[in-house]
Amino acid sequence: MAMLEFENVEVFYGKIQALRGITVRVEEGEIVSLLGNNGAGKTTTLSAASAIVKSHAGRISFAGQEITKAKPWEVVAAGLIHVPEGRRIFSTLSVMENLQLGGYLVKDRGAVQKRIADVLELLPLLAERRNQQGGTLSGGEQQMLAIGRALIAGPKMLMLDEPSMGLAPLIVAQVMQVIKEVNANGTTVLLVEQNARAALKITSRGYVIESGVTTLTGTGSELLADSRIVEAYLGA
Amino acid sequence: MSENVDSSTAPRLIGKPASVVSRLFESKQLGWAGFAIAVIFPFLVANNYAMNIATTAVIFILLASGLNIVVGYCGLLDLGYIAFMAVGAYTAGIVSKAWELPILFTIPAVLLMTVLAGLIIGAPTLRLRSDYLAIVTLGFGEIIRLTANNLTITGGPSGIYGIPGVELFGLDLSSPVMFYFFCVVVVSLLVLGSARLGKSRLGRAWRFVREDEDAAEAMGIHTYKVKLAAYIFGAMWGGIGGMLFAAHLSAISPQSFVFLQSALVLMAVVLGGMGNTRGVVVGAVVISLLPEFLRDMGNLRYVIFGVVLIAVMVLRPQGFWPTRAYEPEKAGPDRDGHDQDDGGSGPGAHGRKRSRREHRKVTSSGQERGENA
Repeated sequence: MAMLEFENVEVFYGKIQALRGITVRVEEGEIVSLLGNNGAGKTTTLSAASAIVKSHAGRISFAGQEITKAKPWEVVAAGLIHVPEGRRIFSTLSVMENLQLGGYLVKDRGAVQKRIADVLELLPLLAERRNQQGGTLSGGEQQMLAIGRALIAGPKMLMLDEPSMGLAPLIVAQVMQVIKEVNANGTTVLLVEQNARAALKITSRGYVIESGVTTLTGTGSELLADSRIVEAYLGA
Repeated sequence: MSENVDSSTAPRLIGKPASVVSRLFESKQLGWAGFAIAVIFPFLVANNYAMNIATTAVIFILLASGLNIVVGYCGLLDLGYIAFMAVGAYTAGIVSKAWELPILFTIPAVLLMTVLAGLIIGAPTLRLRSDYLAIVTLGFGEIIRLTANNLTITGGPSGIYGIPGVELFGLDLSSPVMFYFFCVVVVSLLVLGSARLGKSRLGRAWRFVREDEDAAEAMGIHTYKVKLAAYIFGAMWGGIGGMLFAAHLSAISPQSFVFLQSALVLMAVVLGGMGNTRGVVVGAVVISLLPEFLRDMGNLRYVIFGVVLIAVMVLRPQGFWPTRAYEPEKAGPDRDGHDQDDGGSGPGAHGRKRSRREHRKVTSSGQERGENA
């Protein structure tokens, strides 16, 4: 059974159709990446799954449950967490408070404490800066914080929207390493990336989206070798 | 949003050893000190005029702490807050006059009506954001006032008079001093309540919504419900304020609920420091008492009042007493302060510079933080 499945999902922003039939399947334990140009519909695909935008047609299911018509908090409660583009951490709140937000829907306080401890172990940088305001962190640290915050909710699956945005190559590699570790600990990951080379290195499979349709799919190494991908995203 | 960090607040090092003054300002006993001052006050100055002003100030504190829930905690700009006070005052006045009830017996009706009013304005308008919400609340404030001005049950432009004073267990509390004490007790409890609310799980959700509504929603917060809750709490605080106001003056009319009043309450919240109950109380006291102290100036007093407000906002844009951007850790001593001191890199060096500046500021003005100087 697929962890997350999109079947012919269509989304409109007013009259503009952003998704024209997206079909993506993520199996449990995988890292799957969505590639595509600006405006192809990658972010919209994630937003449709987390119910921040409404799907007009098609079906989205998560862990065997249909979530096409669910509300954002129901999706979060089901264990599907969206880490939005641009990190969106709370810049005037401390690192600790940012992490606590992740546990907002978790009733068991002990579990939240334990997960915070786990995240601080996974991301020791955050432990050092726990009392600092989120906005004072560097871009890479903010991205780590955004991922850490999502982990506090105890997700079955993470959807990461451009975690490498605006980061130096070395930091991108670190972020990708963290994503790999998160995945190794049992969390399925759907990764949206412009940085195709970095993303495909850690992903099991990838999809290419063009103008709101999935056009290509294959394993990470297949896509890296595909001449069309090389032309479009990697440069000759 | 994370990129747009306000540089005036951003590099604030946290976990610095606090100076004596700032530690005093963070003290938990401060609330008791404020309460004690309020209780002792009538023993120092007990003429009717002073009692009248002081009671008005205490009611004003209640309004400001109610609006603080909406604007300070949740970040919803409400320009028609006085409407909730009007609803409370009119409900108390009409119910107590119609059934000849003691005014405290109108509390259930007051709460019911203000919650209803909160729902009626909140439910359709809280889907709007920022500026649009402000405009709608401004309109709502005027609608309530004009409605009161034109209905027969509210007494039209002349309003309602002869509203009974407060009576508790057969004890008449309507003398100025007794009523003042009554207000101090009620308002203290409600101010304490609003401070506790701010620290609760709901309060935390309010802060997340204020900081970034989309991110809060993506993390599973039912933003609409959370915002509506802030509105309803704010409305209840305003309603109780209205009831006290009606009991205090024994007469209410639409002129008491003009836009200027909403603006003054908002001013108290902004001036004091949005989101920080202590700051808001200080702001409310200043806003309600300053015009009285300036009374000798005659017509100039509102000019001076305005200049003082502008000066404060220029010098301290976050208010007298801004909210702390972090919660102190409950368990264990502060290990990070140490780390950050040792780190010879940017933040540490900056921190040292800052603390010196802070120290200077503290000694010169006796205020807690100097980042906005």
